[in-house]
Amino acid sequence: MGKLISIEKLQQLQKTILQGIDPQRPKVRICMTGCRAFGAVEVRDAFKDSIQENGLQGKVDIVETGCHGFCARAPVVAIDPYGFFYQQLSAKDVPQIVQGTLLEGKPVEKFIYKHPPTGELFPLEKEVPFYREQMKIVLRNCGQVDPTRIEDYIARDGYLAIARVLSAMSPEGVIDEVVRSGLRGRGGAGFPTGNKWKFARNAKGEPKYIICNADEGDPGAFMDRAVLEGDPHTVLEGMLIAAYAIGAQDGYIYVRAEYPIAVTHVKKAVVDARALGLLGEKILGSDFSFDVKIKEGAGAFVCGEETALIASIEGRRGMPRTRPPFPAVSGLWGKPTNINNVETFANIPPIIHRGAGWYASLGTEKSKGTKIFALAGKINNTGLVEVPMGITMERIIFDIGGGIPGGKKFKAAQTGGPSGGCIPATLLNLPIDYDSLTAAGAIMGSGGLIIMDENTCMVDLAKFFLTFTQSESCGRCVPCRLGTKRMLEILKRITEGVGELSDLDTLKELAPMIKDASLCGLGQTAPNPVLTTLNYFLDEYRAHIEEKRCPAGVCKALIRYQIDGQTCKGCGVCLKACPQGAIRGEKKKAHTLDSTLCIKCGICYNECKFGAIKIL
Amino acid sequence: MPEPIDLSKMDPIWQKYKGQKGALIPTLQEAQSLYGYLPEEILVGISRKLKVPLSRIYGVVTFYAQFYLTPRGQHLIKSCQGTACHVRGAKGVLESLSRELKIEPGGTTGDRKFSLETVACVGTCFLAPVMMIDEDYYGKLTPKKGVDVLKKYRPKSKEKEA
Repeated sequence: MGKLISIEKLQQLQKTILQGIDPQRPKVRICMTGCRAFGAVEVRDAFKDSIQENGLQGKVDIVETGCHGFCARAPVVAIDPYGFFYQQLSAKDVPQIVQGTLLEGKPVEKFIYKHPPTGELFPLEKEVPFYREQMKIVLRNCGQVDPTRIEDYIARDGYLAIARVLSAMSPEGVIDEVVRSGLRGRGGAGFPTGNKWKFARNAKGEPKYIICNADEGDPGAFMDRAVLEGDPHTVLEGMLIAAYAIGAQDGYIYVRAEYPIAVTHVKKAVVDARALGLLGEKILGSDFSFDVKIKEGAGAFVCGEETALIASIEGRRGMPRTRPPFPAVSGLWGKPTNINNVETFANIPPIIHRGAGWYASLGTEKSKGTKIFALAGKINNTGLVEVPMGITMERIIFDIGGGIPGGKKFKAAQTGGPSGGCIPATLLNLPIDYDSLTAAGAIMGSGGLIIMDENTCMVDLAKFFLTFTQSESCGRCVPCRLGTKRMLEILKRITEGVGELSDLDTLKELAPMIKDASLCGLGQTAPNPVLTTLNYFLDEYRAHIEEKRCPAGVCKALIRYQIDGQTCKGCGVCLKACPQGAIRGEKKKAHTLDSTLCIKCGICYNECKFGAIKIL
Repeated sequence: MPEPIDLSKMDPIWQKYKGQKGALIPTLQEAQSLYGYLPEEILVGISRKLKVPLSRIYGVVTFYAQFYLTPRGQHLIKSCQGTACHVRGAKGVLESLSRELKIEPGGTTGDRKFSLETVACVGTCFLAPVMMIDEDYYGKLTPKKGVDVLKKYRPKSKEKEA
């Protein structure tokens, strides 16, 4: 394949690729990103071997895809054209699937998803409740294509949106389309994307820059990782369209170094797009030129903030600065710069393809389209889900997420990571969008959704987030640098059982000061987890302070472990596991725990198969 | 005695970033992947070559979590302390690793076998609580499982020491 010197050449290439695809030819789609940690590599190799052994080589394709989303069931595999979904596979299971599905065309019951609440079997991927309730726009290619093959992307109408833009739209027309779509920035703050582009378009100064913010630092969010790993060309195409709209020739992708697969896939995508002339000079024979450089982050949460990110690209400490001037006016090297998040860029090609009207018809009045959430914590179906804005928390957590493991009770969901807040059970019916979450004291953030059950201590959680923001505070603003430290000290005291009721007033007094007097989003939102937990879980704070009790059984200073003599079988597992030698007892007789030696590490509690270790 | 630092290994890096704006951080990243950490001699060399004051380089190196001024252990343990890991008991895992290795997070064992670090999130929340040793992920840990994994990395030497 040479460079595509015109739009017709791109269309021809797509045609050629599509002609070479036989839709009836079996295709084994294996997640080779997140599922790697569960042995996807071995599963893939087993498929290769078994296909060979059964004489099917050349008759079946193995597609190494990005994330399918259902991480809780990793490693996952889907087989087309049947649409069968297999889960929690290991290499030894593969020959049965090759026999049953690839040779006989039937689903293999043993590895099909069985819905825990009903026991119902779901052989088809599209009918599995976890997938059924979703609407995949950004993730439309994730899990479908091989992200390292540009041909796969082109086959699915890839780069046809930029082709359309170059042939039929003015820069202003593109911006107008994005404005009308109602798309808001998916990085967290929710600023209207089209308006942001307009500012950069209208700003004086040359050259202009496009930056893709892929510094996904919010603990508990991994959607940008999945998009970059699973469909990097979508992000490049979104950047191309943005560059055309604002008049930029150079772009940067600032990606976390902690995401090695994402870095590799994006680098490959850039090389391949360049080879086809989809990046570089005179793209598709037009007068538009644009190229992309990749910058790897060096590990600082605050670099997710746009001015800090720019400082980092320039080779300085990633510290935010005062705005205005906004990056749209004075950004990278002092030039007009437009920064959007990965998910925002990934929304652009579908908007151009299907039109602003279609996009604006999805979602709520002020939040359009879909949002990806990363479900994690105390939830059965951890993974990535893409849902229309306005869906209720309850549907995400229970219908898609499969509820809480171990029959435990849902307590709260944290949205927006350390900048967000918790949503209690009483707000499960809240339709989720930017504005409803803000009204509830949380924020949309990048879409991390951490679920907590009755065993999560909300004071400890607030302390956890403050520990994070305090250590990631760059130190420029005193209210953030010292204010978060003071708040953290107070929370530590409370969890250690030496807090006082007046501490709660001090927390409430410090919070608005930190929020109002900090330069960037980190400080402006750092108190949110404390404020929302105080608002919704004041009882728990009071129990720690007044009764010296941690109701969830988490805060070490306020709990102790004890062995229930009735339940203990005397198996000796805890005795061997205890690093302190605090547990004594004879085989097959109830053991005892010497609390003077116990360091409350919780090992015995985790190891006991009989639930005989109690937290008091 | 520590081995002398061979600065000539940096030559291809100077070539690669010659005349580029914003070259400092990529230069530091590549230097660290060559030497395993950033010894003083290298920082002085970078300062001279890029004409950036050493004080500024030190500022950058100490700002970002990824850079090390001291040698690391042979295996790097990253114990994830992200939110999902936290609510599933990551702290207990970290404490038990710390106890086993007799080092605090951030430290390196005396035999330079392990360095122990915390990270805010490795983006594999479905494995929570998770740790990485070098490039490998270990998920759904308990305090005991975490320590058990270490055995893979030092066969039998532990018993000898004891």
